[in-house]
Amino acid sequence: MNAKPVIELRGIVTRFGTKLVHEGVDLTVMRGEVVALVGGSGSGKTTLLRHIIGLTRPAAGEVSVFGAPLFSGSVKEQRTRRRRFGVLFQHGALFSALNVAENVGFPLRELRLATHAEIANLVALKLAMVELEPSTALLMPAELSGGMVKRVALARALALEPELLLLDEPTAGLDPDRSLAFVELVRSLQRQLGLTVVLVSHDVDTLVALATKIAILSDRRIVSCASLEETMELDHPFVESFFRKPLGLRPLARSGGAH
Amino acid sequence: MRSPTIAADPAMRLVRLQGDWTLRALTPHLDAFRVELAGRRDEVAWSLQDISRLDSFGAALLWHAWGKRWPASVEIGDELRAIIARIAENAETSLPRSPGFSALGAIIALGSALLAFRSHALGFIRLFGQLSLDLAYLARHPREWPLREISANVYKVGLKAMPVAALVGFLIGVVLSYLSALQLRAFGADLYIVNILGLGIIRELGPVLVSVLVAGRSGSAMTAQLGVMRVTEEIDALSAMGISRTIRLVLPKVIALTLAMPLLVLWTSAVALLGGMLSAWLQLDLGMAFFIERLPQVVPLANLFIGFGKGAVFGLMIALVACHFGLRTSPNTESLSANTTASVVSSITVVILVDALFAIATRSIGVPR
Repeated sequence: MNAKPVIELRGIVTRFGTKLVHEGVDLTVMRGEVVALVGGSGSGKTTLLRHIIGLTRPAAGEVSVFGAPLFSGSVKEQRTRRRRFGVLFQHGALFSALNVAENVGFPLRELRLATHAEIANLVALKLAMVELEPSTALLMPAELSGGMVKRVALARALALEPELLLLDEPTAGLDPDRSLAFVELVRSLQRQLGLTVVLVSHDVDTLVALATKIAILSDRRIVSCASLEETMELDHPFVESFFRKPLGLRPLARSGGAH
Repeated sequence: MRSPTIAADPAMRLVRLQGDWTLRALTPHLDAFRVELAGRRDEVAWSLQDISRLDSFGAALLWHAWGKRWPASVEIGDELRAIIARIAENAETSLPRSPGFSALGAIIALGSALLAFRSHALGFIRLFGQLSLDLAYLARHPREWPLREISANVYKVGLKAMPVAALVGFLIGVVLSYLSALQLRAFGADLYIVNILGLGIIRELGPVLVSVLVAGRSGSAMTAQLGVMRVTEEIDALSAMGISRTIRLVLPKVIALTLAMPLLVLWTSAVALLGGMLSAWLQLDLGMAFFIERLPQVVPLANLFIGFGKGAVFGLMIALVACHFGLRTSPNTESLSANTTASVVSSITVVILVDALFAIATRSIGVPR
């Protein structure tokens, strides 16, 4: 089972009207990997992530998650498959009518498996995991800061013990301090729980700190999927502008010692 | 994935847990496991050495089955012990609870309802005052009139509401005429159908009917639009550019609805009279030419002006209430839906109240005796 890839994309084609966004995208993510999807604005990174979640369906090609096509099998099987991954949306997507504890406990309650005491216990644990005080439990999403929203959303994504975590712009809208702390948090959780992570990010700091592999989406296909060192060697205009511009040099120089 | 099992050995009084104790693996067996695990914490020895994977759900299941205490005798590896210990740690730090309902809570709820009413009244007056100030400002700076917005709003709330207003007006006219005709014929007073329809529709039914329609159609749209603009911070962006949100967003809506409503009232009343006229012709054999000829004789012109006046005031009220609730929306979906509902309910209530005031104020005008 370990040999099977967690995510397998084969020949994905996506069209918006007449505009071709993806033209035969192939991507394989193995268990335990942290893959960062990068690419210019409008290159269809988030769309690819939405294909993997199953929110949109490609015009052609196949999305397989945990060794089976995403939309195969009975309704129950599909639902079980979906519960094996957690998603952190760009703006958190917390339910604004529910408070923090209800948001985190929501997937567990919907499952109708756990007792009230167990849910309260698990919610407390998940909040502790994302380093939030228990006193935040009664706050409403509107009362949270940007960083806290992301933490609560991460706690909710972790509620169903996922094996795969999908992050859309996990650090967008956070200041560098908070974004660093959030990246640390995701990395420590990834190690603790042995998660497979796919993230979309524009932030070079985030990529360097988290990703074991970087997949570059350019010219409507994946042009490279390799480790950071190998990616840096690559001769491609996107790598040039994204990683080697003076702005990109700063974090790389800083993390040089750590890696 | 190895399926989780509970191997109980009655002779040696040992319970051996095996396999994957994860949410996904446990799901199919959960009910049976709860029964088997419950209430035997200290009676038996536990062995957790054979558990291949344990996630926090599995750990919570065990911990709560054990009544939140470690059993007297348990064999467990350090790694699993740590996972359960984390659950145990958080089981003690209970989450704060929202307070339940009490007598004090009832008093607080009543008080906050009164305070909320006060704050609505103050906010409404403030909005009205701000609009008056804006009008004074625009009177001095005539180049800044938001004419385009006003015209766009007149189109949206007036012209686009015409088909539905006509449909409703026509049907109400037909029904009213049909019902009255049945009664009037019993008295042989067929001719008075013109008086009833003319007075009833032009003076009362037309303005109120259109108000209810417009409050549901345009009032809710205004509240929702302003509310969404609050949620997406568009209103803040306008303020940041130094553009007055009342001049740009509220005033055009208020002026447009105040202008469009009398015209809608005229249109709807006319169509409703047409419906009544048709029905009277079919039901009572009352000629249309006769109906039209008799209408101005029995319905004084003052009634038309009262209808116009009511339309303008009702339009003003609906737009003000809608904008008031729209601007009060806080940036979340719950508040948006609550405010839209409150907006429609309040504007219809306000219209009926103002209509009662009109009835008292104009009781001696335009009613033939």
